[in-house]
Amino acid sequence: MFTTQTFASILPEILILAIGLLVLVFEPFWKGEQRRNAGWLTAGGLFVSMIICLLAGRPGDPEMTLGGMIRFDWLGFFLKMLFMFAAAATALLLMDHDRAGKRGEAYLLLLASLIGMNLMASSADLVMLYLSIETASIPLYVLSGFLLDDERSTEAGFKYFLYGTLASTIMLYGFSLLFGFSGTTDLYGIAGALASGKIPPLIGFGIVSLVVVGLGFKVSIVPFHFWAPDVYEGAPTPVAGFLSTASKAAGFAVILRLFFVVFPGFDQIWTMTFAVLSAVSMTVGNLLALPQTNIKRLLAYSSISHAGYALIGVVGFSQFGAASVVFYLAAYIATNLLAFGIVMAYSRITGIEDIREYAGLSRRNPLLGLMMLAAFLSLAGMPPFGGFIAKILVFAAGVQANYIWLVVVGIINSIIGLYYYLNVLKFVYLYRLPNEDEDRHPVPLTQPYMIALVVLVLGVILIGTIFAPFFNWSDAGAFNLF
Amino acid sequence: MVPHSWYLILAAALFSVGMFGVLARRNAVAILLGVELMLNAVNINLVSFWRYSDVFSMSGQVFSIIVFAVTAAEVSVGLALVISMYRRRNTVIANDVDMLKF
Repeated sequence: MFTTQTFASILPEILILAIGLLVLVFEPFWKGEQRRNAGWLTAGGLFVSMIICLLAGRPGDPEMTLGGMIRFDWLGFFLKMLFMFAAAATALLLMDHDRAGKRGEAYLLLLASLIGMNLMASSADLVMLYLSIETASIPLYVLSGFLLDDERSTEAGFKYFLYGTLASTIMLYGFSLLFGFSGTTDLYGIAGALASGKIPPLIGFGIVSLVVVGLGFKVSIVPFHFWAPDVYEGAPTPVAGFLSTASKAAGFAVILRLFFVVFPGFDQIWTMTFAVLSAVSMTVGNLLALPQTNIKRLLAYSSISHAGYALIGVVGFSQFGAASVVFYLAAYIATNLLAFGIVMAYSRITGIEDIREYAGLSRRNPLLGLMMLAAFLSLAGMPPFGGFIAKILVFAAGVQANYIWLVVVGIINSIIGLYYYLNVLKFVYLYRLPNEDEDRHPVPLTQPYMIALVVLVLGVILIGTIFAPFFNWSDAGAFNLF
Repeated sequence: MVPHSWYLILAAALFSVGMFGVLARRNAVAILLGVELMLNAVNINLVSFWRYSDVFSMSGQVFSIIVFAVTAAEVSVGLALVISMYRRRNTVIANDVDMLKF
């Protein structure tokens, strides 16, 4: 029963667990400033683990391991690498956080959540799926409310928990009906039961709706988005970055597997549902982002609209559509982590999150200003950054599936988005401090920020220029889905 | 033997009662209780589906046990968050938790 393939299929999780144990063992021996070394350990360990997995843990043909709980394929593998990359960057950004960076448990919770996300990307069984979704969520509730002496952080954790449990319980009710009517918990077995007409269409529609609520919460699409701005604003900034990228991408991984594999028989219903939700998410997210003055809230609404764009690929319901979603997630993870990293680096020095107070950043730290330009133009979908190619691909998938109206809505929304992204850059580049003495107010970057931000900028530019390998990996993953 | 549909109706009713509790109550602990009711409805569903289909396949039982375990973890984290909220703000009423808003 246990073969090398079994271990290869959960190699990333085993390595993450080992890193977590190392953090636990070493953390008590570090004193004072040394305690931030847990961040180096986490990020370095994840980097080494990624290399080991790329060398030794690559999947071949799709294969069920661990009694059908895990499906070992390229989709899961590529997404796992993305999540580990995101967690490594988050650990680096967390290191110089004043109140969370010197506490080993923050990194441990991050790693625990990462294990859950990795399993979400590859689970092929309802039980495993539910367990992995909760493993990913529960540490994030704690991380959002991590700053016990900060009223906004405790409130963020509280709200995220209440919304999160409700959404996951509703989804679980859907899972229980799915199990009951098909008689199996294996996703591919359920697909067979659905294809043979074992589930009446009305029940099927109910199950799809229940599942959409839970997953819609995870990826924060309208109308399940209420938690996102509050939680992103209150949570420690690196955690908010992690929530808006890896957690969202893990939700999309589950959406892809569940809807493409299990519900192809109901595609009329759910593609239309997702098309409407996608249009509403893009529009509401972008319009609500316009009047924001807090940069984290602005990024939260922008992330809601980005979930809408990525959904266009899901609506496409084809191999190309799935590949475009995965590619979109890769570009979005790099871009949004970069944006949140810059916000973190700036507010750490200045304590400011108001957009108007970003005046003169380009003179206070030219490099940081330039990175912000890259991040926000990529979010807006400008070449040569990753966001541009990603948007092209999802729009192409939408056109291919004959959802022209949805693509038109998406393009109009990209233009609205451009306005508020450029509005932030206006303060960064055109405005100056009141006394024009930017030289005396530098914004220095510490070493971990420098490493994380430069790697993320390179990622954003690479995905936008040399996009063929990334698309090939996404396509290999999408191919394995069917 | 009791018809299977009775169990499903009981579960659906319990789920609805829990949902009403979550949406209508303002005390955070009461909201948690509502979530608990909903999770119990799920467990009734799972166990009854197991009992009325293939009894030798254990997946329904295993699923419900895992739901128990996860619920325990979730609620302990939730109560911890409610307590940290109470220490900071001296309230567990969800309506009063309104610092972060548009």
